[in-house]
Amino acid sequence: MKNIKLLATALFATVLFVSCSSDDDATPEIVNEEEIITTLTVTLLPTNGDTPVVLQTRDLDGDGPNAPVVTVSGNLTAGLSYNGSIVLLNETVDPAENITEEVEEEAEEHQFFFTTGGDLDVTTSYSNFDENGDELGTEFALTANTASTGTLTFTLRHEPVKPTTSLTDAGGETDIAATFTLTVE
Amino acid sequence: MRNYVLLALLLCSMLSISQNCDNTLSGTVIDLHDGSLLSGALLVVAGTEQAVQTDIDGNYTISNLCEGTYAIQVSHLYCLTKGFTVTVAGNTTKNFKLEHHLEELNQVTIAGKAYSDKTKTLFENAISKKELEQYSGGTLGDALNSLSGVSSLNTGNTVVKPLINGLHSSRVVIINNGVRMEDQEWGAEHAPNIDVNSAGKLTLIKGAGALQYSGDAVGGVIISEAAKVPVKDSLYGKTILTGASNGRGGSISSQLTKTFQNGWYGTVQGTVKRFGDFEAPDYVLSNTGTYERNLSASVGYNQFNYGFEAYYSLFKNEIGILTASHVGGAQDQIRAINSDRPLVINDFTYEILEPKQDVTHHLARIKGFKRFDNFGKVSLQYDFQKNNRLEFDIRRGTDSENASVDLDLTTHTLKLDVDTDLTENLNLKTGILARSQNNFADPSTGVRRLIPDYDTYNLGVYTIAGYQYNDDLFLEAGGRFDYTYMDVFKFYRTSFWESRNYDVLFPEIVVEEFDNQILTNPELSFSNASATLGATYNFNEEYKLFFNYALASRAPNASELFSEGLHHSASRIEYGDLQFNSEVGHKVTLTFQRENDVFGFSVNPYINTINNFIVIEPTDVQQTIRGNFQVWEYRQTNAQLLGVDIDANYKFAENFNFKHQFSLVKGYDRTRDEALINMPPASTKNEISYQHPTFHNLYVALQSEYVFRQNEYPNNNFEVFIPETETMELVDVSTPPDAYHLLNFNSSIDFNINKKSIATVGFRVTNLINTSYRNYLNRLRYYADDLGRNFLLNIKINY
Repeated sequence: MKNIKLLATALFATVLFVSCSSDDDATPEIVNEEEIITTLTVTLLPTNGDTPVVLQTRDLDGDGPNAPVVTVSGNLTAGLSYNGSIVLLNETVDPAENITEEVEEEAEEHQFFFTTGGDLDVTTSYSNFDENGDELGTEFALTANTASTGTLTFTLRHEPVKPTTSLTDAGGETDIAATFTLTVE
Repeated sequence: MRNYVLLALLLCSMLSISQNCDNTLSGTVIDLHDGSLLSGALLVVAGTEQAVQTDIDGNYTISNLCEGTYAIQVSHLYCLTKGFTVTVAGNTTKNFKLEHHLEELNQVTIAGKAYSDKTKTLFENAISKKELEQYSGGTLGDALNSLSGVSSLNTGNTVVKPLINGLHSSRVVIINNGVRMEDQEWGAEHAPNIDVNSAGKLTLIKGAGALQYSGDAVGGVIISEAAKVPVKDSLYGKTILTGASNGRGGSISSQLTKTFQNGWYGTVQGTVKRFGDFEAPDYVLSNTGTYERNLSASVGYNQFNYGFEAYYSLFKNEIGILTASHVGGAQDQIRAINSDRPLVINDFTYEILEPKQDVTHHLARIKGFKRFDNFGKVSLQYDFQKNNRLEFDIRRGTDSENASVDLDLTTHTLKLDVDTDLTENLNLKTGILARSQNNFADPSTGVRRLIPDYDTYNLGVYTIAGYQYNDDLFLEAGGRFDYTYMDVFKFYRTSFWESRNYDVLFPEIVVEEFDNQILTNPELSFSNASATLGATYNFNEEYKLFFNYALASRAPNASELFSEGLHHSASRIEYGDLQFNSEVGHKVTLTFQRENDVFGFSVNPYINTINNFIVIEPTDVQQTIRGNFQVWEYRQTNAQLLGVDIDANYKFAENFNFKHQFSLVKGYDRTRDEALINMPPASTKNEISYQHPTFHNLYVALQSEYVFRQNEYPNNNFEVFIPETETMELVDVSTPPDAYHLLNFNSSIDFNINKKSIATVGFRVTNLINTSYRNYLNRLRYYADDLGRNFLLNIKINY
């Protein structure tokens, strides 16, 4: 019995010693999300050279509890055409990473969709395409028609069906869904 | 061999004191398996060397025995020699059962019987080797599913996680060859890392009563044991080939054992399993293939008084996750739920693409035991486990080949157990355990750690006393104490840290603040006490009553404490809580059993009351730039689970058998007075089988499996705005699918190849009528139907 006790004590001491000595107290390395998109900025440049309208949604904590901050710099002008461009950023890293480039490189696997809601009277059309000639939409044209108010939603789908007729049939996985309330005056 | 047994038995019988020496001992020797009478069996009484043979009807009589305890060795030409201890008091009757088949040598204990007595007051369900072999191409979870009271929490059909009486994950402890599996079992989509082919026997204990293994098995314990080897010169093995139409794949598993008369033995076993995309009745379940490779080997030396064994196993499994289940936010979820068919259906392929899991589990164990005279048996075991889990998501750009989750869990355990008989009727088991564990999350994934880096240290002690009050009543009581210390390094998002008010509650654990993250060093400790109290009463040879009360206490796991972020496979954001304390369960189990070959049954009602039960439930909808996600938060509540499991068998005609199983469990959140989520619906299995032992052991069975609809569930549905239609739409994540009925066919036949080799050919059909159904406990039920018809051919050769 005595031997057993001794044996047990010795072995447990060994385990504790081994486990403690392997402790290397180094703090782990921080992981900054590489793929997260924190910021979507849509710049609508009027063809007449007026001040651009900028739409932005920004969610610096990504999937964290804070909701995105949505801003619209101004109203659209009835009858005016705009050249739209979309920039996607990951601002959790410094300097901020431009995700638009990745999306454009993998154009065949991505597509933006523009959905109007409410009474908003605008029309959109694609200005850039992937290698197969299918729609991409990081650049687009927008025409503000009559005075109205409503929503414009930008949806980025990863691996959608291409070419597709509508967002409903596109499938794929939603990478971005950002809705802005706009007024045409 | 015989000498050793005799020697051993001699030792046991030394205590017997004899006066009255004209008693007789008589009875029969029968085959354990089919009850047939064994004639010509030789019985030798240790000490006196008296020897008798059984007559043509298997009867024997030994005369001129004194009152006291004798060791008797029984041997027979086709059976393995076995020793028995018999107490002679007056003229005594005793029947001996011998094992008739070489392949069924499992009952002969090697390395002592450290794993043969689990608990005597909790009814145990076991799956024999023969039944296990049917599941050679499947998973451990599939095999366990055949027991009453066990269902499974599935992610598709390849990630099958056992649920015991409604509980799963950290609440179910799995013991593999004496080693507690430390394989990241906390995750609902993490299947046990055990090759079903490496198990010789599976035992299920529906409670925490088996304190020698753990004190935190609030749900239950699953014990997988390797086939036992005999102490004799022999070389034997088996190969099982399985082919399945669904998944268009199969498996091959081989095992070879060499044993020596002097006690040395060695076993090697390997399995390769490969399946392509599985199919529902109407479509291919794209990206559900699996590729599993396993290897195990053991070397040991076994004598009655001492022995040791070294064991190593490698389990590696690559599992595809249904492509259609990978969805973005709530908008995608609505599309998926509202569609009858999966949103992605591709042609059949063997290729496994993202999303997928790739898990590797190493287990190495050394154990030894020694018996001491007048004391008992002392066993010492060291085990090492390393579990690596890689999860690959659909990613963008240069990251697309990188894993999103890369976790390394390393565990060392040292265990000392003592098993001693204090008196003839009082047995004491006691032991001590020390464990250290390290989790390392590789930062090169470029994705924030799902589970933080941590070190855990455990120390546990237990004592179980078993008391044979008289021939009919057995009492058992035990206690266990576990201390756990966790040293964690966790990065919190600053926004989460502040939203939980942790900046006020735990400022002292902050190590460093970064732009939008905070590094913290939580140090947690938990003390858990557990206990068991039970009794078994034999009314007569047939009727038995088991009663058991078990107190189980479980420290929260890393996932419950530290989850914080988007869980892609579930399309939801999950939050843990740093402030959780231990979950404490009280389970009362009663089993009434009738053991009878013609009509036998067991009825097993139970009630499990769990304080501080940790449950994850939806609480909110969170907006992100990717759309809306449902937020699931862990919380603690008081829960109660009530249920009953019923098994019955009725031999209604010669060679015909009817088998019935029924399981019911009801789970309630007593604090909120509502149903608990993910409780298995009631189910019943009924089987008619025909067995013809004299014609190639032909076996044919038809099984009906009916699963009711779960009518009690919490309503966690939520609404989300859909820009395309400008409407708020309901995301129905709660409503359980309809009831379903499946028919399964099973058959097998034996052929003698030569004197030593038997081939068994099995043919099975599951989901015979190709029913389309969805299972409430399948996490992918929103996206696709369950498996369609499957033809399985199984060929086993024993040599």
